[in-house]
This record gives sequence, C-alpha cells and structure tokens, in this order.
Amino acid sequence: MTIRDIDYSDTSRWSHHVDVDFYADLEHFAELFTADWAVADVNASRSAEGFLAAEARLIDEARFNDWIELFTDDCLYWVPITPGGGDPRREVSHAFDDRRRLTDRVFWLRTGLAFSQIPQSRTRRVISNVEVLDDPGTGLRLVRSNFIVHEFRAGVGKTYPGWYAHVLAPHGDGWRIRLKQANLLDSEHGHENLTLVF
Amino acid sequence: MVDVLSVVTDPLDPVSEGWAALVQEDRVHRSLYTEDRVFAEEMVKVFGQTWVYLAHESQLPEPNSFVTGKLGLRPIIITRDRKGTLHAVFNRCAHRAATVCREETGVAKSFQCPYHGWTFRNTGELVGAPWPGGYGDTFNKDELGLGKVTRVASYRGFIFGTLNESAPSLEDFLGQAKPWLDYWIDRAPKGEVIVRAGAHRMVYRGNWKLAYDNGGDGYHPSFSHRSLLEMASRLGDSKDMSYFGKTPDDGAMKIYSLGNGHSVIDQRPNFDGPGSIWANQRPQPGREHFEELIRARYPEDSDRLLDVSAGAQINLSIFPNLLIIGNQIQVIEPLSVDKTQLVWNATSIGGVPDEVNTMRMRTQEDFPAFGEPDDQANFEEVQRGLAVTEVEWILMNRGLNVDGWQTLDANGVVVSAVTDEIHMRSYFEEWLRLMEWTNR
Repeated sequence: MTIRDIDYSDTSRWSHHVDVDFYADLEHFAELFTADWAVADVNASRSAEGFLAAEARLIDEARFNDWIELFTDDCLYWVPITPGGGDPRREVSHAFDDRRRLTDRVFWLRTGLAFSQIPQSRTRRVISNVEVLDDPGTGLRLVRSNFIVHEFRAGVGKTYPGWYAHVLAPHGDGWRIRLKQANLLDSEHGHENLTLVF
Repeated sequence: MVDVLSVVTDPLDPVSEGWAALVQEDRVHRSLYTEDRVFAEEMVKVFGQTWVYLAHESQLPEPNSFVTGKLGLRPIIITRDRKGTLHAVFNRCAHRAATVCREETGVAKSFQCPYHGWTFRNTGELVGAPWPGGYGDTFNKDELGLGKVTRVASYRGFIFGTLNESAPSLEDFLGQAKPWLDYWIDRAPKGEVIVRAGAHRMVYRGNWKLAYDNGGDGYHPSFSHRSLLEMASRLGDSKDMSYFGKTPDDGAMKIYSLGNGHSVIDQRPNFDGPGSIWANQRPQPGREHFEELIRARYPEDSDRLLDVSAGAQINLSIFPNLLIIGNQIQVIEPLSVDKTQLVWNATSIGGVPDEVNTMRMRTQEDFPAFGEPDDQANFEEVQRGLAVTEVEWILMNRGLNVDGWQTLDANGVVVSAVTDEIHMRSYFEEWLRLMEWTNR
C-alpha cells in the first residue's frame, strides 16, 4: 500500500492534517488570546464556565476516556514550555498532542504500567476569571481562564497555577475542544514528574 | 552475610575507611548516594577536577554573548569576549559574594553587581568599584576580578571547563568518546547543532549519579519503560526500543566502555539502512504530511532527511554530567545529595529544510513525556530504598567475569553485551580517581 492509498480520516491513528495551516492557526489564536476582550454576555459566560467545570471534573475524576471525547478530531492539547506558547515549529513543549498523541497519552495513563503514575495523581482544580470571545466569522468560541491545579501523589502535594486558552468548536447543541492550551506560570522552569493532566 | 549490628553501630565511614573501601570491583556503597559530605566533596572534586560540560556554543551566538550556568554548585557565567573567545567566570562578586549576573542569557560587555556596584568585564577583570577612595592606597584591582574557571575549551561547539590546571587536553579527555560525538554532530549536514529550542527541566528527588547510572543502562528499558512499549504497540508492531526486551545479550546491540568514565550504547544495529530510523520512530504529530512533503521535494535525499528528523539511536554518556540521548543534549545538574535537575536541551540543526526541525521538535517531546518520567520515578524509589542502612551495597556486577561478553576492539575500547553494567564500573573507577585527589 502506498501512502496515497491510506484513508487518513481516523485521527486517533493518523496525523496527516497537522500541516502548515495547523501551525498558522495556532499563531492566529495566539494573537487573539493576547488581546483585550469586551465583557461577554451572561449566557455565553455561563455556558463557557459550565463547559470548563465539566471538563475539569472529568480530569479530576480520572475519566480520561470520557475527557478525550470532548476533543475534536483536529484537536490540540498543548502545554508549552515557552511562556505563552512561543513558536512550536521551532521549540519543544511539555505536551503537543494531536488526537493521536492524546489518545496515546490516555492509553499510557491507563496501562497501569507507568511507574510515574503509580500511585496515580489525585488532582482537583479551580478555574476562574473566565472570559469569552465568540468569533462570528468561524463560529469558534475562545475562552480564557485562570487555573490552580492541586495535585497529591505519593505523599507529596503540589500546586500548579496558570491560565488556560480554550478554542471551542460548535458541536450539536454544545461544544468540542479544538485547542486546549495550558500555560503554566513556571512553564520553562524545573518540574518534578509532570505526568498529570492539566 | 552482613553483620547487621556492627553495620548499624559502625557504618563504613568515608573519612576513616578511605574512598576505595566504598567503591569495589562489583559494588558501591550506599553512602555515595546518601551522605551530604560525600556530595559536598563531589561538588568540589568531580565537578572541578575534570572537564565538565558547561554549555553549547550556539547559546552564545555573537561577541559578548553570555549564558549563566553551574559548575557543580558554583554559579558561573559562560561568556564570549568582544573577539569571540570563550571564558567562564564565577558568578560571585569579589566584594561580598552576590551574583553579578541574574539573567539566563543575553549580550553584555560587563556585569555590574546590583548590590554595591562593582563592575567586571565579561572576561572577569574588575573595571572599578564605586568611590575607590574608601579603600585607601592598598586597593589592587588586578587581584579583585571574578574568579575564573581556569580552563575552558570547546569541542565542535560543546563547551567544557575545569579548574584543574594539570588535566589532559579536552580532546584527550573525550578520547574514544570523540568519534561517537562526531557521528552525532555530523548528522547535521555541516555539523551545525543549535540549542535554542527550549528545554525540559526535569527534577527528581534522588542523587545525581542515578541519572548517570541509567544513561548507559541497557538492562532497564523493557522493565522501566513497559508503559511506553505497551503504548507504542497500540497501533500495531513498533520496533523502537522493543529490541531491548528480546534477548538483548545475544543481539548486535552493544555497550562500549570508552575510558575516562565515558560509555555509549549503540542501538543502530537494530535498524537496517537509510530510512529505517525514521520508519521505526514512534509517530509524531504531522508525521504523514511531513513525509509526503519531504519525499516529493527531495526524492534523492529523503531517507537522510527523514532519519535526522528522528533520534540518533545512540546513548552517549560523557562523565560526569553530559548525556547525549536521541537528539537531546541532556545535562545533569546536581542540586543536593538527594535532588537533581536533568536539563534536556532540544536541538535543531542547520542546513536542512525548516520542516525537518519542526519534526525534530515533535520527536523530542516523546521520550520526556512517556519514557523519562518512569525512569525518574524509579530513581526516586532507589533513593527511598537507600534509606535502609543495614543493606549497604549497590550492585554493578552484571557482566563481570562472564565468559565471552567483553572483547577489546582495535581502538582499545571494551565492547560488551548491552546489559553489561560495565558503564558503572568504569565511571566509578574515574570517580574514585577524582575523589582521591587532594590539594592538601
């Protein structure tokens, strides 16, 4: 079978779509996320807060198989090292997970063989300062928020502050995550065992 | 059997017993990993009396560039002077010891101490102190420069420093490690390696030597990395690293004991020809589109370009603090006897299409996410296990005196089966030599 004959539509298996445009979109989103936004109307705000809280609960309850279903086929789960993101074309990240690598990550967490997750991290996160920007051109909803993730594992408690950038795409009556970027306050500094999910 | 009572009441003592009692042919004593005073001496001798990796030249791209770092626990500044010559100075004001430079990197001809304003050239000399009249007539600027790392040298971009005037030349110190470093550097078309792509700074609660023990360890992958190997099989057969689990002692993969504490594991015999390293790399984001593009645009050169987008498939350990793994330049930074930071510097290379370097970034995110954390979890559990005072020894006897394992190659390098712990035995020999150094 030549490469041309493959059906690339299953993005948990193939990553043909991560191309020049994929990276250009990230650059575009970064511009939007660093701008000042007007205060969103109460319905949009409430809806975004509810979405983030529901997502947070899936992670904190380690329901990773459910969590991954919140993501679009062309998603990115991104934990940059360079504060704010930098240029992923030229820099490494803590996590730069397309759908395939994200599926791998969840699979890896659930193997029961990852010694860095035995015992498993317990997490509980608080999300606040939620801001919403709807883009009428694309139908995408951008959500910006602050987080504090508390982790307890192997007798040690840790705290990770930072901010999230979510790009949500309409899906039926609700939303799916096109981009989730978790910006750690100390992203480029030393961390112990950064295998928890942000 | 160990006499438990005598051990508890009279543990081996580095001072009274001497270091040689703690490093035996087949084992080392636990105190080397647990005792503060052993650590304190290591930071002076091991990280001082031999060549220690400091930085990469690409981090100092122009005249008067600087980057801060450490030599053991000593804060240092690695600089280029205005002519481009490399220096390393202690980041410690000659006056009252404050660090004079608090940036990680930048361009500066001089550094002014923020505490009392003493100013030093980027080569270390004191330019002046505010209101020198207050020091009377005895103030001698020539004696009050920043302390210097007395010898600094670069091998093809890799900058090393030592405080030992009588150390061999850097090239002699690298010795048999040089051709392996050359292979790694020459994967870039013109040998241009660039460290400006971010770094994973991974901290673990364990002694720094645990990282070095692991660098040349071909025994652990099929156990410590079970989660990664299991994950890699999600999409069918995956070759990368699985060969460590298939009777590795009978295979073509070898460990080479290179002298001066250096060693290398060569994984390349598991791959067959151009394009094979790429073909067996765990899948990176954008891999399929990238491969199409490279094959279409560079049909004659595509296998080479694809292979350098994946890892180098050697694990080269240069004692005491440099581990070349995959495409990363990994640096061991001891923080305390039981805390260490591993800095995985991601590298780009010159002379290739930009897309190759983007794919190198995606490749270099894989192991720090799904491999290294499990190793570091095991390092931490070793450190916990070492709290047992009654069981004193760490074994490194695998392969010792096993018939037919070790052979001497034409260069005088000892070659053995990949799970041989010869890398530990050989670096502890060097460790002992350095620790027995005395300036008294």
